[in-house]
Amino acid sequence: MVKEIEKTGIPVVHMCTIVPISKTVGANRIVPTIAIPHPLGDPGLTREEEKKLRRQLVEKALKSLTTNISDQTVFE
Amino acid sequence: MEKLKIIHYINQFYAGIGGEEKADEPPQLIKGPVGPGIALQAALGESGDIVATVVCGDSTYTEKMDETRERIKELVKPFNFDMIIAGPAFNAGRYGVACGDVASFLQKELGVFALTGMYPENPGVDLYKKELYILETKNSAADMRKAIKKMATFALRMKQNDVIEGYKEEGYIKRGLRRNYFNDKRGSERAVDMLISKMNQRPYETEYSMPEFDRVKPGNSIKDLTKAKIAIVTSGGIVPKGNPDHIESSSASKYGKYSIKEFNNLSNMDHETAHGGYDPIFANEDADRVVPVDVLRDLEKEGKIGKLHPYFYSTTGNGTAVASAKKFATDIALDLKENKVDAVILTST
Repeated sequence: MVKEIEKTGIPVVHMCTIVPISKTVGANRIVPTIAIPHPLGDPGLTREEEKKLRRQLVEKALKSLTTNISDQTVFE
Repeated sequence: MEKLKIIHYINQFYAGIGGEEKADEPPQLIKGPVGPGIALQAALGESGDIVATVVCGDSTYTEKMDETRERIKELVKPFNFDMIIAGPAFNAGRYGVACGDVASFLQKELGVFALTGMYPENPGVDLYKKELYILETKNSAADMRKAIKKMATFALRMKQNDVIEGYKEEGYIKRGLRRNYFNDKRGSERAVDMLISKMNQRPYETEYSMPEFDRVKPGNSIKDLTKAKIAIVTSGGIVPKGNPDHIESSSASKYGKYSIKEFNNLSNMDHETAHGGYDPIFANEDADRVVPVDVLRDLEKEGKIGKLHPYFYSTTGNGTAVASAKKFATDIALDLKENKVDAVILTST
């Protein structure tokens, strides 16, 4: 899905937990996430802390979209 | 011939420990065959022994790959075994990655034979096919009996140092390795034969296929985020409550486009996941954990991004055929283009 969208020239950031799969499907901008059933959250935290964590991840994703890359890049 | 000593790797589901709610089980060792290992043992007969089974939760393995594979190595090392057989994993994504990884890792670290079985679209295939034999299976456990038989036969042949022929003859997934052999016809003759077939539009087969580089150039970066329109796409199956389009929990045949105009965040009152294959509790509790509307809405209000596209797009990535996913994404991309979306956040579970 990442590739089909990116083919049109729209940059895509893939946020996922299993980075090797993301690499093999050909995502170019990759942001690793927390866990498979809750990529952008952590039920162990309070709601406020959890939202803060999600915001950090989303900001990282947005930053990757403003970064020029020529090859697959994992934004840790 | 000495009996083949085998370690079998399976996930929590096939071990009967539990489904998705147990996908975070740590790696553990059970003596002898378990689950599909019992059929595998029967197929091996007197020629091989499954000395122990390693069981590990799919999420545990794929979320913490480095430490899990090391732990498994420690668990199995004392058995002084000849072969690791993993799965078969059919089209189960995380299980396939775990099977491919544990088999190739133990092969490399301990010098044992390694073997697994998967459906060709399993993401574990592309990751590990170069490193080990992955026997081709169908996409579901309905194929278990045949797959087990195939794996047992192949395992014994590996041990006997039989010549392993090409992937077509043997039924494993093409590894991209080349092997020398003698052909009755010399190269120039074969080339001319191929050319004649080609000219007559008859089938012919190249002897040197080009590698497929299925890659897409990264989209140009966004110059100014504060003016950018951002859209969310997910394969995590988030849908309005009640799943109005009936998106399938696995092998999805469609995707949905859902308005978030009215939403500052998603909650269990209005959204849920249709995705099978992962524990849905957390996504059902708060779908922002998969589709982060809350945070993006805040960023929009603060002027950090230009606009959040008023729709998100969703399908379930569980066992969904690559061809289907491709088709959904082509349609989605067209819609994104028409709506002048500048960048996409795509989340996967």
